[in-house]
Amino acid sequence: MRATAMTPTARAALKREGFSRRGFLKTSGALIVSFQFRAADAQITAGSPRAGQLDSWIAIAADGSVTAYSGKEELGQGISTAQTQLVAEELSVPFNRVKLIYCDTAFTPDQATTSGSQSHPTNFNHANLARAGATARETLLRLASERLGVPVNQLAAADGVIAMKGDSAKKVTYGQLVGGKKFNLALDGAAKRKHPSEWTVLGKPIPRPDLPALVTGQFEFVHNVRVPGMLHGRVVRPPTVGATIAAVDESSVKDLPGVVKVVIRKNFVGVVAQKPWQAIQAANKLKVTWTSGPALATHADLYQHIRNQKSTRDTLLVDSKDVDQKLTGAAITVKATYLHPYQMHGSVGSSCAVADVQGDKATIWSPTQAVWFQRSTAAMVLGLKSENIRVIFRRGSGCYGCNGADTVTYDAAILSQAVGKPVRVQLTRKDEMAWENYGNAFVIDERVGLDAQGNIVAWDHESWSPGMGGRPGTNTPGNVITGTLIGFNPAPFTPRSPSPDPTSFNNGSNGIPSYIARGGTGTVQSVRVMTHGVPSDFYTGPLRSPARLQNTFAHECFMDELAARVKADPVAYRLRHLRDPRLIDALNAVVKAANWTPRPSPNPANGRTGVVSGRGVSCVLYEGDNGYCGLVAEVEVDQSTGKISVKRIVTSADVGPISNPDGLRNQMEGGSLQGMSRALLEEVTWDNEKITSVDWRTYPTLPLGFDVPKIETVLINRPDEEAFGAGETSITLAAAAIGNAVFDATGARLRQIPFTPERVKTALDARSQGSS
Amino acid sequence: MSAIKLKVNGGSHTLDLDPSTPLLYALSDDLELRGPKFGCGLGQCGACTVIVKGAAVRSCVTPVKSVEGSEITTLDGLGTPEKLHPIQKAFVEEQAAQCGFCLNGVIMTAKAFIDKNPKATEAQIEQALSGVLCRCFTNVRMLAAIKRYGRELAR
Repeated sequence: MRATAMTPTARAALKREGFSRRGFLKTSGALIVSFQFRAADAQITAGSPRAGQLDSWIAIAADGSVTAYSGKEELGQGISTAQTQLVAEELSVPFNRVKLIYCDTAFTPDQATTSGSQSHPTNFNHANLARAGATARETLLRLASERLGVPVNQLAAADGVIAMKGDSAKKVTYGQLVGGKKFNLALDGAAKRKHPSEWTVLGKPIPRPDLPALVTGQFEFVHNVRVPGMLHGRVVRPPTVGATIAAVDESSVKDLPGVVKVVIRKNFVGVVAQKPWQAIQAANKLKVTWTSGPALATHADLYQHIRNQKSTRDTLLVDSKDVDQKLTGAAITVKATYLHPYQMHGSVGSSCAVADVQGDKATIWSPTQAVWFQRSTAAMVLGLKSENIRVIFRRGSGCYGCNGADTVTYDAAILSQAVGKPVRVQLTRKDEMAWENYGNAFVIDERVGLDAQGNIVAWDHESWSPGMGGRPGTNTPGNVITGTLIGFNPAPFTPRSPSPDPTSFNNGSNGIPSYIARGGTGTVQSVRVMTHGVPSDFYTGPLRSPARLQNTFAHECFMDELAARVKADPVAYRLRHLRDPRLIDALNAVVKAANWTPRPSPNPANGRTGVVSGRGVSCVLYEGDNGYCGLVAEVEVDQSTGKISVKRIVTSADVGPISNPDGLRNQMEGGSLQGMSRALLEEVTWDNEKITSVDWRTYPTLPLGFDVPKIETVLINRPDEEAFGAGETSITLAAAAIGNAVFDATGARLRQIPFTPERVKTALDARSQGSS
Repeated sequence: MSAIKLKVNGGSHTLDLDPSTPLLYALSDDLELRGPKFGCGLGQCGACTVIVKGAAVRSCVTPVKSVEGSEITTLDGLGTPEKLHPIQKAFVEEQAAQCGFCLNGVIMTAKAFIDKNPKATEAQIEQALSGVLCRCFTNVRMLAAIKRYGRELAR
């Protein structure tokens, strides 16, 4: 569609884009670049730019400024800074000459979901954005060679100018070579990236360009998007899990000021009003009669309930087929069960979106992690063609996974469609917390056989985890609450037992301990890992380090139990069973930085009363192939109250070549503390019909100003290795290291998260009964 | 609805509002200020914090009528990207943010406290910030930025 044929909505949206982008540029200090270049062929009705084409990723304007387009978005993790560095580096231009645009279905290549610590490996190795940068540089050098009549190997690029080495008079600028024109080239798989030893921009701690706007309140979050004529919506969620609408008395709000419409679609109810406070009051006063859903399994019985499920989806991750035989022949067998609750993303700002649905077209501003999937599922929600919808990412409050972002986007779209005007919806705190897609609860049984020398001869791991829904993906809007309310179903639970044998090694869930030989990072030959998916009463979805955190909590605490059983130092015992040199390095680096004194746990010098201190360690290769990390926690435990104080956390990170060391440190620090909050405090609760953890009193979290531990981070740079993920490594290890430190301090073993003072007291009391 | 007179960031505004409307909505919707944010609506997280007569106030639970005529300062009113307020500068220098949504509450709460207690101890600062949430857990950097601001003031 040419610009002249655009709908008023599309035109307004584009105009708005240009406006907001200029505003952003003004505040971010970046240069204004060639947005108009791309806007000229902006197509709300076209597919996203083709990922195989250089022009989909990089544009160079007449003034030599560079615009890069990425399908991996900035959620606060710092990846946009690193992506800008990457493009600046490959093109040999200063950082502030590159403007990065990401995750707009009309402008940027489809890179699916920004999740799973995949942005760094996806865009910083040899494909996608990295390949685009390398292709552009080599293309510019070739064009310069032709223009100047100088062989490529006698040319050098710097500051957007290509000049002959030794004769700087022979030069040409990028603007002169391609300014404002398209490359019309496919990405070149043979184009070589610069080696990290040559880097001057990438690999440096470049400050985040979004901070000046953020600290002055000028940054446009999705919550700040304002569209002319925009109304405000509020949803009325069911009061209990599974409740359905019996009746809605629309007259109950008809006299309230500003109310525009009550919108009902199957079990979805919302109100639209002129102003937000009017929408809130109308939603509170709207009389809806609900029919209750089935009773919930008691919260106190959660883990037994999970384990007792008869209908399971079984997945055998690995099976050496000799585990039972090896366990039978072992000198000692040790077993333990670990329990992990449902936990929340709990974004500090409740989720928000703005939608403008006009006839058969829609423009949506969403904090979703997947604009393309939001587009195809919003099309199902609205009954529109996917290609008639444009989804524009706008940052929401830190998401950590599948929070309320997708569901509130459907809310806004449904309400906008019903009134034919743009509508903004922000969820209440309670609606966010009662209906988000929680991180999975887990029951994990660990069983190991040891030989006479204390070496592990077999490892048997079995887990149960409830799930329902998740990310909406390409075609499952029912995976989040709003989709279900309007009649879509969550992806069906499909039992499968017995599991087929594994056909390849995949440790994406870290279900397989690090100490396993085949395909893994350790030495233990005999292993079986069986997982049972079971149905959930609540929506679940990825929460920072999904399954990996829970499994690693169990593995790394259990490894500590084994070390204690054979009276070995926990670090030395791990090293006895590891063979991957990078994981060994990560472990050695963190214990060195922590001044770890080798000795078995618990600390024999500690008494059984008063405040005692201890240290614990854990390590992991995240997802089996996506980032090495070690973590040491030092704690104090008040044995009279059961209160744990974490005094110090030391982490190590090896994620390949470091793209931005300060950004990496920021992720390691935040992950450690978020992991600490989840370990000590966080647990979703419910009664027999509804979620009861619905605000920050009922779902406690560590505040900003608690007794914050000292945090140190050791970065291990690997210029010649592949880029790995970084954002989910330290959070994966915090709970295990803290639990192990409590054991070191007290001799009491914690096997259930969160480590509340009550649970610590129970474990301390169990010591005197000789069963810790 | 009634005419409410608000003094915000040095300017005066007359708004036609239900007097029970929380201040937050007047600021973020009627005045389109981006600083104060809705986090919980319960006064539990701090994201909506503004400074009224020198004190940090949770605007999500403050009826607009109750602050009529009082001098209200929001994050937007402290400085600009080109001319940062010293506390904003401290946050940039410490690179103290991840998603940044909580920054409003952190900065405004810290500013109100430090301006009155520039020589506050680490424990006192932590106590003052114990009702503010950052769910990205940028705590270490944010507390460092607040201390940096305190040092600036004390000089």
